[in-house]
Amino acid sequence: MESKLRAILPDAELIRMYEQMVLSREFEESCAEQYTKGHITGFLHLYSGQEAVAVGATAGLHRDDYILSAYREHAQAIVRGAEPRRVMAELFGKRTGICKGKGGSMHLFDPNLSFMGGYAIVGGQFPIAVGLAFAAKFRKEGRIVACFFGDGAANQGTFHESLNWARLWELPVLFVCENNSYGIGTSVARASALPDIHRRTCGYDIPSERVYGMDVIAVYEAIKWAAEWVREQNRPFLIEAITYRFRGHSMADPGKYRSLAEVELWKSRDPVPAFANRLVEEEIATEAQLEGIRQQALVTLADAVKFAEESPWPEDSEVWEDVYA
Amino acid sequence: MSEMTYRDALNLALKEEMRRDPSVVTWGEDVALYEGSFKVTRGLLAEFGEERVKDTPISENTIVGVSIGAAMGGLRPVAELMTVNFALLAMDQIVNHMAKIRSMFGGQTRLPMVVRAPGGGGSQLGAQHSQSLETYFMHCPGIHVAVPATPADARGLLKASIRDNNPVMFLEHELLYNSKGEVPDDTESLVPLGKAEVKREGKDVTIVAYSRMTILALQAAAELEKEGISCEVVDLRTLSPLDTETFIASVNKTGRAVVVEECWRAAGLGGHLASIIAEECFDRLLAPVRRVSGLDVPMPYSRKIEKLCIPQVETIAAAVRDVMSQKY
Repeated sequence: MESKLRAILPDAELIRMYEQMVLSREFEESCAEQYTKGHITGFLHLYSGQEAVAVGATAGLHRDDYILSAYREHAQAIVRGAEPRRVMAELFGKRTGICKGKGGSMHLFDPNLSFMGGYAIVGGQFPIAVGLAFAAKFRKEGRIVACFFGDGAANQGTFHESLNWARLWELPVLFVCENNSYGIGTSVARASALPDIHRRTCGYDIPSERVYGMDVIAVYEAIKWAAEWVREQNRPFLIEAITYRFRGHSMADPGKYRSLAEVELWKSRDPVPAFANRLVEEEIATEAQLEGIRQQALVTLADAVKFAEESPWPEDSEVWEDVYA
Repeated sequence: MSEMTYRDALNLALKEEMRRDPSVVTWGEDVALYEGSFKVTRGLLAEFGEERVKDTPISENTIVGVSIGAAMGGLRPVAELMTVNFALLAMDQIVNHMAKIRSMFGGQTRLPMVVRAPGGGGSQLGAQHSQSLETYFMHCPGIHVAVPATPADARGLLKASIRDNNPVMFLEHELLYNSKGEVPDDTESLVPLGKAEVKREGKDVTIVAYSRMTILALQAAAELEKEGISCEVVDLRTLSPLDTETFIASVNKTGRAVVVEECWRAAGLGGHLASIIAEECFDRLLAPVRRVSGLDVPMPYSRKIEKLCIPQVETIAAAVRDVMSQKY
């Protein structure tokens, strides 16, 4: 059988993407369990259902392109290369965490991975992304900025200010909207005069495209093309990925604003088994191989939880550290 | 030393630091072609070009946010907010982002950036253009706050702020732009952040002030000297870091303190200073600490009643006479 996937990416890369999707999903499931046990406290926003966006988008970027995101960003950090054990330790509030336990679930950051942060004020990351793009262009670094945001953020003033600014100064920003249909419990249709978020960019003369965000390869191809366009043109572009979160907004949300039928419909489009089926159908991997990948992810996560549990708390004196440079 | 205005001293600081360090860039509303609403950025576009001196849209929150990103990306941006009143539109980026990014990301990045903002009242600009918001910034950990009173301090503090690796809110006073003073010729003459200065030595009472209030305090001290009252004037120069040592030492010497703040009295920074003095100098105080503050009203336009809302030389002098009349 002729493989469509192989025409797009080599086998090893496809398998790696599947590993990342499974690891992302299992990481979130593990977080939910640790939250229930009281090991993870505070807000916890899980990404389950949206994995195709983080994995496909990251694969379409260069390794040193900047990534910024919001507060549902565990998967984006891990897919970019953050060690699961250091992310888990962060969620446990331990000093071995990726931000020494100062950030928590919503504020992951690693400059060595060009992962420039999870931001928990809706829309707060837009202007910062524009500023990073200015610095990258000013210093002729050749890298672009991928700025992830949710559908709700498109109604913040910073979205509009930043689109205007990025186009005006001709800056290499790829805006990536993860439209999962809800800003907490308010649907896009109930919050946005124009629910097609990608169409909003016409007011700023910025091209845009919509992509089916449950298909990792579709996301990859859209992002790859757009990222290269942004890099070559030194101009912004926006991609709206249509996706869905399987869980509530946060662990505190029972999700009563959406019907069971709707949730079940989207679960039938689960991007992880969908990609698994394609890999098997196109004979890129066997089912046994894919099950092995899942088992490996579980081993990684057991290690991550153990590491987080056994890690030390921050010292009291650390409360004063890193407030000023 | 050369005599120059506060405005020219700031302009010189910007030029010197932009010549010294090619990663220093500056932007804001009307700063380039128009050369700034208060002309602090005069000549910058001509000398450094449009890559480094940039006009922005009227988007204050994004002006600060873009500066944060640029600082994270390796530059040293100096943003101008046309007036500090507009900083209220940028409080999300200032307080929720600029002040927190280093700490909440575990010290893995730093933000070497300056947000310049002219402010203060006294020009009949009405309620929305006459505010003194220094307490707002001083209240927030993670940022430095500079409040220069003289041309020399304006230049020295701005240069130090640009070279500092922390975000600095640099609050200029609109009524000081035309004031003149001696400025050192040495381009390496910096005024460190967090170091207050005794601007006038005295023995009877300490006046703690900052920005334009320092100038008024010095004028009041000159008047009071004729009455035989010797005032020591401590100019804070930066509100954060706050040099408590200098004013505590002064109050321990004089035994009396008047704190002058241009901002509103309710929860104003003067209360914080007074509480430090009460805690640290209690057994040396000869009278209660007095505060001279802005009135707790939105600024009225009419110049007759506007001046009631802002500390004046005479209200500072009256407060000093009051603490001098009290003995415990």
